[in-house]
Amino acid sequence: MPEGAPPNSFPQIRGGVHESPAHDSARKHVSGEALFIDDIPEPAGLLHVYLGLSEHAHARINSLDLTKVISAPGVVRVFTAADVGGKNDVGSMGLGDEPLLADRLVEYVGQPIFAVAAETRDQARRAVRLAEIDYEILDAVLDIETARPGGKLVFSPLQLRLGDSGAALATAKHRLSGRLKVGGQEHFYLESQAAIAVPGEDGDVTVYSSTQHPSEVQHVVSRILAIPAHAITVEARRMGGGFGGKETQSNLFAVVVALVAQRLGRSAKIRPDRDDDMIITGKRHDFEMDYEIGFDDDGVIDGVEMVLAARCGFSADLSGPVTDRACFHADNCYFYGNASIRSQPLKTNTASNTAFRGFGGPQGVMVAERIIDEIAYAVGKDPLEIRKLNFYGTTDRNVTPYHQTVGDNIIQGLVADLERSSDYQQRRDTIRAHNATNPILRRGIALTPVKFGISFTATQYNQAGALVHVYADGSIQLNHGGTEMGQGLYTKVAQIVAEEFQVDLDCIRITATNTGKVPNTSATAASSGADLNGMAAQAAARTIKQRLAAFAAEKWGVTPEDIVFAAGTVSAGTESQTFTALVGQAYQSRISLSATGYYKTPLIHWDRAAGRGHPFYYFAYGAAVAEVTIDTLTGEYRVDRVDILHDAGRSLNPAIDRGQVEGGFVQGMGWLTTEELWWDDKGKLRTHAPSTYKIPACGDCPPIFNVRLAEGIENRSETIHRSKAVGEPPLMLAACVLHALSDAIASVADYRLCPRLDAPATPERVLFTIEDLRQRNATGKPEP
Amino acid sequence: MTRSVVRFLLGDKIQEIGNIDPTTTVLDWLRLHKRLNGTKEGCAEGDCGACTVVIGRIDGERVRYEAVNACIRFVPTLDGCHLLTVEHLRKRDGGFHPVQQAMVDCHGSQCGFCTPGFVMSLFALYLSEACPSEDRIRDVLAGNLCRCTGYAPIIAAARHMYELGDRSTDALVLTAEELNSRLNGGDKIASVFLENAGKRYFAPPTVESLADVLVANPGATIVSGATDVGLWVTKSQKILDSIVYLGGIPELRRIVETHDSLEIGGAATFADAEAALTALYPDFGELLRRTGGLQVRNVGTFGGNIGNGSPIGDTPPALIAIGATVVLRHGNERRSMPIEDYFIAYGKQDRRPGEFIERVVIPKPAPGTTFGAYKISKRFDQDISAVCGAFLVELSGGIVTRVRIAFGGMAGTPKRAAGAEAALTGKNWDLGTVAVAMEALRGDFTPLADWRASSEYRRTVSANLLMKFFNETTVGDPQTRLVGQRRITHA
Repeated sequence: MPEGAPPNSFPQIRGGVHESPAHDSARKHVSGEALFIDDIPEPAGLLHVYLGLSEHAHARINSLDLTKVISAPGVVRVFTAADVGGKNDVGSMGLGDEPLLADRLVEYVGQPIFAVAAETRDQARRAVRLAEIDYEILDAVLDIETARPGGKLVFSPLQLRLGDSGAALATAKHRLSGRLKVGGQEHFYLESQAAIAVPGEDGDVTVYSSTQHPSEVQHVVSRILAIPAHAITVEARRMGGGFGGKETQSNLFAVVVALVAQRLGRSAKIRPDRDDDMIITGKRHDFEMDYEIGFDDDGVIDGVEMVLAARCGFSADLSGPVTDRACFHADNCYFYGNASIRSQPLKTNTASNTAFRGFGGPQGVMVAERIIDEIAYAVGKDPLEIRKLNFYGTTDRNVTPYHQTVGDNIIQGLVADLERSSDYQQRRDTIRAHNATNPILRRGIALTPVKFGISFTATQYNQAGALVHVYADGSIQLNHGGTEMGQGLYTKVAQIVAEEFQVDLDCIRITATNTGKVPNTSATAASSGADLNGMAAQAAARTIKQRLAAFAAEKWGVTPEDIVFAAGTVSAGTESQTFTALVGQAYQSRISLSATGYYKTPLIHWDRAAGRGHPFYYFAYGAAVAEVTIDTLTGEYRVDRVDILHDAGRSLNPAIDRGQVEGGFVQGMGWLTTEELWWDDKGKLRTHAPSTYKIPACGDCPPIFNVRLAEGIENRSETIHRSKAVGEPPLMLAACVLHALSDAIASVADYRLCPRLDAPATPERVLFTIEDLRQRNATGKPEP
Repeated sequence: MTRSVVRFLLGDKIQEIGNIDPTTTVLDWLRLHKRLNGTKEGCAEGDCGACTVVIGRIDGERVRYEAVNACIRFVPTLDGCHLLTVEHLRKRDGGFHPVQQAMVDCHGSQCGFCTPGFVMSLFALYLSEACPSEDRIRDVLAGNLCRCTGYAPIIAAARHMYELGDRSTDALVLTAEELNSRLNGGDKIASVFLENAGKRYFAPPTVESLADVLVANPGATIVSGATDVGLWVTKSQKILDSIVYLGGIPELRRIVETHDSLEIGGAATFADAEAALTALYPDFGELLRRTGGLQVRNVGTFGGNIGNGSPIGDTPPALIAIGATVVLRHGNERRSMPIEDYFIAYGKQDRRPGEFIERVVIPKPAPGTTFGAYKISKRFDQDISAVCGAFLVELSGGIVTRVRIAFGGMAGTPKRAAGAEAALTGKNWDLGTVAVAMEALRGDFTPLADWRASSEYRRTVSANLLMKFFNETTVGDPQTRLVGQRRITHA
């Protein structure tokens, strides 16, 4: 798969848009030269910080005796809530519900209470163990089930309403209800949270943070230290994985080192052990989703009512927008006509759940697919038929429960294509025949679609800035507000700038995201990185290009419109010059060669109180088929084959996008299968390391894995080079794995009953679902 | 003679270290002392592979290069070895090693944090095998977690790397003679003794000297691969006053086949024993394949696996079912016992101070014997069993003449299912008998509920495993397995 110029007769740049150059850091990754936070050479006198954590889920701290901690070897100072000069809140929304260090009250096991700064990390870690804390234990609410009756929320719920769901259910030919439980998910970024703070003059501080949101780190440091944002510079070159887990969860770690650096005048670093990282930080929300549906004899949905209850943890964090997005995606690709969808963001005494690839959308998609399954078994059809029957239309039946019209629907075509290319029908028949004669191993297949709304639902975040410098030697330096967590954003944006200037990609130097270069940035989240920052960088490049064109036009006596940038040259008619030569001359002629660029997404608006608007600029689509085999004696299973067809618009970098599709799929598969978070009855997370929390391993990658990006499709909205966002949508393609397992399980009751398989579908859950289904089948009881 | 320094090669540079805390991990040493930051810490428990390095150790005439987790390996155990990290792979002209180039070409990195570890695992594979199968590639990489790519491009790189270089002449590979001479060899049979900040480290070169050291230091912690003890240090920050390392005793990792048994040295690794055990008991081999990642199997030992007394164990359920015995040695005295007797209770084993596990004796299957072993876990590869069941049955004319059933994960120790065995012994090997035995099995254990499984699942699945075993012994070619190519043993 070597990169290089496409076979064309006329010269072209290398690494422009729609090509597949390697990730900008690939060479540094494989040689070990890429610097992550803990690899940055340490400033002299750097201190190491470690956090002392709550041992109880809900308790008052009667006394906090840190005498032994302070006198432990190497300890320089210990910090508590009393040391916070500003507002003791690291929450992304600034609601005051998320202290940096707990003050008298702890609300989850693992909540930081104090911080130790010591000469070595080992000393800081050892010292932390010496604290003597007297707790007064309070009643703890640990899960959704116990939280629901009290109904204490961390954020106001969202209510979506379309048509009259009550009337639709009342008059529907068939009606049924049920509950889907979907577990949470640990991000398991391979690089744990980490930050370094370096004090400067005038109380300034520079923070190097493994964060998806440098501007928020800057703002929260400002809030905690009570100093203006201009005194704080936050830099992030790359993360060793983020997946949403470093959108807000990095705040705490960055802020605590900033506090230490400011107070002690020494640089400070924090890098929690993996176990502590997993215990302290929030995860994907687990949900319990109640649904009631009405449908006709064919399986066409008349109306739905849903309540989506989520375990949010002790604070709001991003739980409001996360549960909102669950509601936005509880339709997936289906027209409900009449719908009532309500979120229930419940407060619990657990770590504060947060953003995770899909941001609530995946949980919403899962309830939509469960509904389809229920109807399919009720009317005795293949779930795929029910899916097709209920797809949004292209000209009618296309209004979502939030009153946005789906204007770019391509799901029918994608599904038809995939159904053919994956040989779905034939394989389904083969599987049924296999299952008829094999008592122990049963196979299953399912095809599920995805529609995912692109834009931050908080409209103000849909803006971005970039800074481009062209130096007099023709080399170009690029900076923008997006962060690199492995998704290839830096590469894509550099391709866009290369394309704009018509120079080879390697003429462009990508620099670390830095709040001093581009201010007031949004989190690199919501799949928006390339859409927003690519546009901003293009705008900056165009500004410089226009200046160069005007300069060349004047020189050559033509109009700027006559100037053509192509393959490293600038020309007009018979006049031609290399880009480098023109830039040199432009500098001599005092032309500014530096520009900022700015972009804001057009058309979007959202009225949360009314539950109406146009929150998404466009939708990304995809579909996937999984085939699985289950062991009906043990509940173990194997994913045998997966076929994916995904819509990335006109892909900016097909190799990188393919990586996002495959990686997102496998991560989604892990969420729905082996990744199980398990708390004990005291609220202690017991799956806090890779030994106990099982993300997919190499052997779990499907042995047959056919992945295609949809060809000949471009974004109907005016996005950067008509591409589509691709970070989150593929995660939901993994729904097909859960449904293939469900299909295999259904065979034990002759496909007459909906298995109602919850997630994560661990071998245990698969086996017990099989047993439950056998029992339901034997008692002949219809669906409850 | 005794040395008070350890000597090894880091890349092409000799390291001579005497003054070091013996429990300093290789990872910390590389990153904090040598400022070689290419090797990453992902979990500090040997489960994610981000810290994978390649260690060459002398094995006869050659140096065997193996992938190892640096995060739980102690520095002094590198004595006599050749340590290679991601920083050493580039060619002298600055070009990439085929393994690195293949990863770039195949888009095998995204965030890049796990990448050096994958590169090193691939490098070890590249050195040791010419054309690994698809399954083998997945096996070799099972100990490296990647959260970004979904693995497909890395698997592609594992194939592509062979197209980019000539394996026969890798510049980094040394012969045993070269390594020895670089390390001023000749004193390989020396004992190593380090003392630092009140901590003592012994590495005896022979079993005799090991026995002496342990008699003199009965409270010392015995360490081989440190795949368990390493976590005491990295996770619990436990201070280990005295360590006795077994990895430098070739005779203790010997595997000897006798007329009626296989004798596995206490310090033989899982990787060492896999082939010999697979030949005798294919399902045991499959069990070993699924024990840890390759980085763990390369260093984890039979003695350690039994000695640490885990209630789950990887090998003990199978060893018990097979009827293996363990030979313990104290000074010059030896005693042996059935493995099941070694496990007294949770956290308590029948090992006296100063004693060590010298070898494990595994009987060859008797005629008419069938053996099957099953590991149930959330993930197939590199996971710890929720339940591990091992079954050995001897039939004569359709009658069960001998049966041994053992489980891990069902009690405080790996344990036999006495009730189920009784229900089967002397009976017809048929569905009716098995149904009765399954019921009896439910009464044999009162398993715990934890994050790996509920109590009820453990009960149900353990009984169902007996049914599975029965199916596999009676039906011609039953489709009963999701993974592994092994078949149960018919001797």
